[in-house]
Amino acid sequence: MYAYDDIDRAIVHERVDEFRDQVRRRLSGELTEDEFKPLRLMNGVYLQLHAYMFRVAIPYGTLSSDQLRKLAHVARTYDRGYGHFTTRQNIQFNWIALKDLPDALADLAEVGIHAMQTSGNCTRNVTADQWAGVAPGEIEDPRVWAEILRQHTALHPEFSFLPRKFKFAITASDHDRAAIKIHDIGLKLVRNDAGDTGFEVLVGGGLGRSPFIGRTIKPFVAGRDILSYIEAILRVYNQYGRRDNIYKARIKILVHELGIEKFAAEVEQAWSEIADGPLTLDDEMIEDIRSRFVYPAYEELPAEPDELRAAAGDARFEAWRANSVAPHRQDGYAIVTLSLKPAGGAPGDATAEQMDAVADLADKYSFGEIRVGHEQNLVLPHVARRDLPALWAALDGLGLATPNVGLVSDIIACPGLDYCSLANARSIPIAQELSRRFANPDTAALIGRLHINISGCINACGHHHVGHIGILGVEKNGEEFYQITIGGRADEGAELGVLIGPAVPYGDVADVIEDIVEAYLSLRQRPDELFVDAVKRLGVEPFKERVYATR
Amino acid sequence: MPLVKNGQIVADEFAAVADDAELPAAGSVLISAARFLADPDSLAARNSPLGVIWPNNRDVAELKPWLDRLALIALVFPTYKDGRAHSQARRLREIYGYRGELRATGQVLRDQFTFLVRNGFDALDVRKEADAHAFGEATHRYTEFYQPTGDGHRSALQLRRQRHLTSAS
Repeated sequence: MYAYDDIDRAIVHERVDEFRDQVRRRLSGELTEDEFKPLRLMNGVYLQLHAYMFRVAIPYGTLSSDQLRKLAHVARTYDRGYGHFTTRQNIQFNWIALKDLPDALADLAEVGIHAMQTSGNCTRNVTADQWAGVAPGEIEDPRVWAEILRQHTALHPEFSFLPRKFKFAITASDHDRAAIKIHDIGLKLVRNDAGDTGFEVLVGGGLGRSPFIGRTIKPFVAGRDILSYIEAILRVYNQYGRRDNIYKARIKILVHELGIEKFAAEVEQAWSEIADGPLTLDDEMIEDIRSRFVYPAYEELPAEPDELRAAAGDARFEAWRANSVAPHRQDGYAIVTLSLKPAGGAPGDATAEQMDAVADLADKYSFGEIRVGHEQNLVLPHVARRDLPALWAALDGLGLATPNVGLVSDIIACPGLDYCSLANARSIPIAQELSRRFANPDTAALIGRLHINISGCINACGHHHVGHIGILGVEKNGEEFYQITIGGRADEGAELGVLIGPAVPYGDVADVIEDIVEAYLSLRQRPDELFVDAVKRLGVEPFKERVYATR
Repeated sequence: MPLVKNGQIVADEFAAVADDAELPAAGSVLISAARFLADPDSLAARNSPLGVIWPNNRDVAELKPWLDRLALIALVFPTYKDGRAHSQARRLREIYGYRGELRATGQVLRDQFTFLVRNGFDALDVRKEADAHAFGEATHRYTEFYQPTGDGHRSALQLRRQRHLTSAS
């Protein structure tokens, strides 16, 4: 966990005061809605279909138990008793009144949480691998760098009015859980031949109506240079990103139109103006941030404790353990994923009671720390393996032990037409229906890892392009139709899915997905050939045939 | 629109002169970039202060040869959501060392004052009278900053580094 100091606290509190003043001026009419809009967006406040929506940042997905309790408090006090965890390591509250927002922000500020730049045409919440700092095999904890980036991009005077939103993601693992290739800037911590730590920098990834996989702009930028290099990228983008058409304003379009080589040359030129300047980091600066990440005092514990052996006979426990428990860099400990995807539930939703209970479990079993992943699940990052049976029993009682993490019903879905003013079609009911169809754990285990992503519109908040199966809601003559893509993935081998054919009506979606899954089961070479690998090998044709032959 | 310069509401000493109007023999004038670039050397050699309105889609590096002879550069915010002039300002101040007046014009509102000042603007052509009067309040809301800019404030990283070194010694 990163511990705020007086500087961080001052900035967050001053931000709350500023927003309180802005809300006051809006309510008194001093600010027009047009003037207020970019200001409220930069404080995480959207005007949605039914009400204001409030989006709170969870930088690099790390929360303390006190912070999670405070989120529960906001859900209970100002909203309808629940929150929605999103693909951007944010939590959204859907029913909040404008007049209450400054108070909600002030409450959150007490525990070092803010909503700065969770929306708007500025640098957004910096996301990271939700297993950062605990996954085996990392170069180092990428959150130290994510925090340096968070600070640098918060209230940046030059980059608060960019052509469009701008998103960073960071990982230090070869297996990319942060989806860095679908971000405006993706960063991968690497070590060069001299043993120095630095970053492979990717640029121009993104989804939406023109999806692109990010390209490597520079294979190695030393840690001390990362801020100046990123500043150079942003400066080029601020100057040359298109402002005539919001659909062409993201950096991915600029990179695509210029070509990566030409874009990289522009960045080098801009960098040459500022490299070795005040943005250069030195060891003391980096060390100061690193020193404020507090790590648990792990014990020496056995890898296979008696408690685990005793529980091994319980099939329900074992089913959960098989997909919710991952190896930890510390022997005797595990990373535990808490599924926010119960059968028939809205993906990513958690009630205030669940949040409070998870906070208590984190205190008891995970050194008070929780993570939020872009798959819309929660994680307890430091669980002693001996505690797994007890933790499972507690989670089971809370409805947070659905044994489906990474499986077909662990669906990523945007809020869709039920909440969002941009959406053309519903997402949540499709996810709910699919999660019921694939609720049988044995069937799900047979199918293996398979990611379904659903977006209710082309803006792709549900990352449908990179779902193994992607479902995109579109509207035709006032009715909801869904385009299906297959073969997408968001990991280190990121690819965009391929459309299998004409869009299908709302009522057919679940049947179509079942057909695709059945086709896969009959076509795969071995039981461990993943769906997405089978698609890669076979192409879309056999799946397309199966879906459309009888329709 | 009220002009705030170095924190005070002041009268604008520069007269904007249209491209097709004759330049007065004396007095501070503000002209377009096109007019300036048509004959920069003789204009820059004029005895009275000269200002140029620089569009936000043109590279400020073009101004480098004449920077020490320009009394004012006015950068443009056609809407305050268009942040190109923020980058232009920082390059002019911090990279090219421009020391004359740097003025923000267009849709200049209270909620960007801190950003503008941090980026090196010392004069703001403010859209709303009430905003101009709130200059002090608006620019003193923040006491700490994360980013180093040319405004002299030490960034959080720099401050902490200082503390770190002090406590170590």
